[in-house]
Amino acid sequence: MSDPEPLLDLRDVTVQFGGLKAVSGFNFSIRHGELAGLIGPNGAGKTTIFNIITGVYRPTGGSVLFEGKAVAGKKPYLITKRGIARTFQNIRLFASMSVFDNVRAAFNMHLRHGISHALWRGKGFRAEETRIASEAGELLDIFHLGKHRDVPCTTLCYGDQRRLEIVRALATRPKLILLDEPAAGMNPTEKTELMELIRFVQEKFQIAVLLVEHDMRVVMGICQRIVVLDYGIKIAEGCASEIKTNQAVIRAYLGVDETEAAGPT
Amino acid sequence: MIYFLQQLINGLSLGAIYALIALGYTMVYGVLRFINFAHGDVFMIGAFAGLYIAPLVMKYSNGGPSWPGAFVVLVAAMAICAILGIVIEKLAYRPLRNRPRLTVLITAIGVSLFLENFGQYAFGVDPQYFPSLINNHSIAIPASFGLLSHLRIKVSQVLIFAVTMFLLLFLRFIVTKTKLGMAMRALSVNPVATSLMGVNNDVVISFTFGLGSALAGAAGILISIQQPSVDPLMGLQPGIKAFVAAVLGGIGNIPGAALGGVLLGVIETLFVAYSDQLHISSGYRDAVAFFLLIIILLFKPTGLLGRVEREKV
Amino acid sequence: MFERTKATLVATLAAIFVASRFSSHIGPYYYDIILSIGINIILAVSLNLVNGYTGQFSLGHAGFMSVGAYAAACFTTFGLPVLAFLKPLGSFLSVSIFFGLALFLGGLAAGLAGLLVGIPSLRLKGDYLAIVTLGFGEIIKVVIENVDVLGRSRGFSVAAAYTNLFWVYAMAALTIYVVLNLVNSTYGRGFLTIRDDEIAAEAMGINTTKYKVLAFCLAAAFAGIAGGLYAHDKQFIYPDGFNFLESINIVTMVILGGMGSTWGVVLSASLLTILPVWLRSIADKPEIPHWLTPLLSNLTIPYSLLLILLMLTRPQGLFGGIALKRKKA
Repeated sequence: MSDPEPLLDLRDVTVQFGGLKAVSGFNFSIRHGELAGLIGPNGAGKTTIFNIITGVYRPTGGSVLFEGKAVAGKKPYLITKRGIARTFQNIRLFASMSVFDNVRAAFNMHLRHGISHALWRGKGFRAEETRIASEAGELLDIFHLGKHRDVPCTTLCYGDQRRLEIVRALATRPKLILLDEPAAGMNPTEKTELMELIRFVQEKFQIAVLLVEHDMRVVMGICQRIVVLDYGIKIAEGCASEIKTNQAVIRAYLGVDETEAAGPT
Repeated sequence: MIYFLQQLINGLSLGAIYALIALGYTMVYGVLRFINFAHGDVFMIGAFAGLYIAPLVMKYSNGGPSWPGAFVVLVAAMAICAILGIVIEKLAYRPLRNRPRLTVLITAIGVSLFLENFGQYAFGVDPQYFPSLINNHSIAIPASFGLLSHLRIKVSQVLIFAVTMFLLLFLRFIVTKTKLGMAMRALSVNPVATSLMGVNNDVVISFTFGLGSALAGAAGILISIQQPSVDPLMGLQPGIKAFVAAVLGGIGNIPGAALGGVLLGVIETLFVAYSDQLHISSGYRDAVAFFLLIIILLFKPTGLLGRVEREKV
Repeated sequence: MFERTKATLVATLAAIFVASRFSSHIGPYYYDIILSIGINIILAVSLNLVNGYTGQFSLGHAGFMSVGAYAAACFTTFGLPVLAFLKPLGSFLSVSIFFGLALFLGGLAAGLAGLLVGIPSLRLKGDYLAIVTLGFGEIIKVVIENVDVLGRSRGFSVAAAYTNLFWVYAMAALTIYVVLNLVNSTYGRGFLTIRDDEIAAEAMGINTTKYKVLAFCLAAAFAGIAGGLYAHDKQFIYPDGFNFLESINIVTMVILGGMGSTWGVVLSASLLTILPVWLRSIADKPEIPHWLTPLLSNLTIPYSLLLILLMLTRPQGLFGGIALKRKKA
């Protein structure tokens, strides 16, 4: 099932903001359908990596290849068209629109009937609108949001809003979805549901998932591979059990024991 | 060459006026991230304040020009404008502190329109003559300066330059050496953190408005000394142009506003002076500022001295 | 659900045509007001597409109106050979086609102007975009003031008064049709996403620049048509008649109606056309105190206060259901 050639390949990526090197020489790849996690202490550069992949920032060095083709520095909407979707750390739903419309808006990039059709409203237009409506409805139903179809998305509870963001991202039919701290603000039960949801998304839609998350239970629980970042540098990579016992990772998170640092007396 | 120098001097004097007004825009933007559309009209009110106060002051100098009288008028106008600026902020902008910026921008437009039209209603639409506060003769440059003696420099131009320099230095002193100034700078970077440090944001913002408006008032008096015709709509063009100057220098950046103002004044004056040779009608003079605005926003939107502000995603 | 819009449009046009046949029964005073309402509807509904639905703040709409006005006026004044060419079709058809062409050219010219202005400007946000569009409006004004053929600041006289009830309201219906149909489609939802959250919109594959420019050009084109109608109604146009204050008037209609509500804007455009006329008519009545009269005849003071009050109390306008987000701390 896994392809020898990676779906997403980051090679030697460096991001510099003025004097600050947010990310240095980062190497990482994700295979088709893989569920990977990106962790690290606060400020390690995780969201910066996300923003590089999705085109919000441009890397100062290195390259980003998606399905073998370079995407670094391209405009975000073009990258989404290539097949990379994302959710945001602070929920960014379309506040004035209903739950349904939030998902419907994400179908825009696949539209075959554009402006002139919207005005003329011929048969092709109507057929496509009906198809989109049913697809969007199906997606919402799968994620148990169907009953909230027509309410303003801001009236949803926090957990539902996070789910809606994921549904919206899935509407773009991505091959890779980036989830930015999806468990933030959730209680343990919600987090368990989230873990099942992510695994479900990966299997049902056959897409790769890259997760940035702070909650270790979530990350260790579902990620097939984990990469650890500290001060913009990759300090470890491997499966959950390897990462749990990796000294460099422990040091990064917990700091150095003072007696250790002082050296043997 | 002399012609060029003459135009340069004229441009500097115009630029100083723009700079004074631009400072108000930039300070308010730095502290509140909002363009105070009504600022140009405060400049106009300053001129009119001078118009009404001048006769009262000149009674003491037997109706003639006097330097102490001019000084009193200047300070009085600055004070009136400062109060006006603070009142406007309190009534129209403060209630909207948390609303989207566009809402406040529209309100500012409303305030601007109100000031202009109320001015027309109260002061009359026609231009009025501003009394001579000083003896504005041309300064005679001795022939020993050679070619330079052909330059025509008026007292008003020297005055404008001197007052502007003084106010700039005074402003710099406030911003860098006083606690209020430091609070202003802190507010422009992070309002929440600043208030958590025990600063009363409202007071600092009022102070900023007052300061910027006072400078605009000074500009109103200075320009009226040089060009003694005042009318309620006189703030429109200079207001917009001063805004362009602020953007040119980097909006939110105080030295930038001064630099932008001077640059704009010089470019505009040189344009008019050499427009024949460029085969462009000098009637396009007012478009020069907008043209510059578009260029700077296209190529360096943060302005000449400005910093890039990234939105956190 | 989708099919009826075209039929509704055709039925509306037919109704307008029938109504226009009776227009001679309306007194000239009211006829003038009715035409103004229609023209303002076109201006406000088109601007609403940019300011209301797409969330971009354009302050130069009157500039595009002037481009259309002058373009249409030039065509009917200097393009008389075309009219002569059409004469064999009979007087009604030849004039209709001639004027239709003039309006089309006006819209086209204005749309092109919108493209020229939009492409560099639309990468800017909020306040900056407002100032730049204002600036372009001023530039257009200055340019016209310096071109002899267009009459400079003295103005341009238009010989033929082609504008009538049918043309104005047919164009208004068309504008409403285009805007509503566009916005109420999956494609059109893209405009709203830009208003709500541009970064998220881009992340969902929406080419925000394309949408913004499109909204801008479309709105400019309709403003141009409104300008052409205006020119052939008043029969005299001059640059200062399309100044910044006019742009503010149109913006006020959009805000009052509620940005993002087409029918709300239609209502507010009508209201804000009738209100000044009514106030002016009572300004000279003996019951009105002396000091109030100039305030009523030149409405800019109450207007500006209205703007301020509106922003302080009800920024979403009469019909805008959008909850304006509070700024994040």
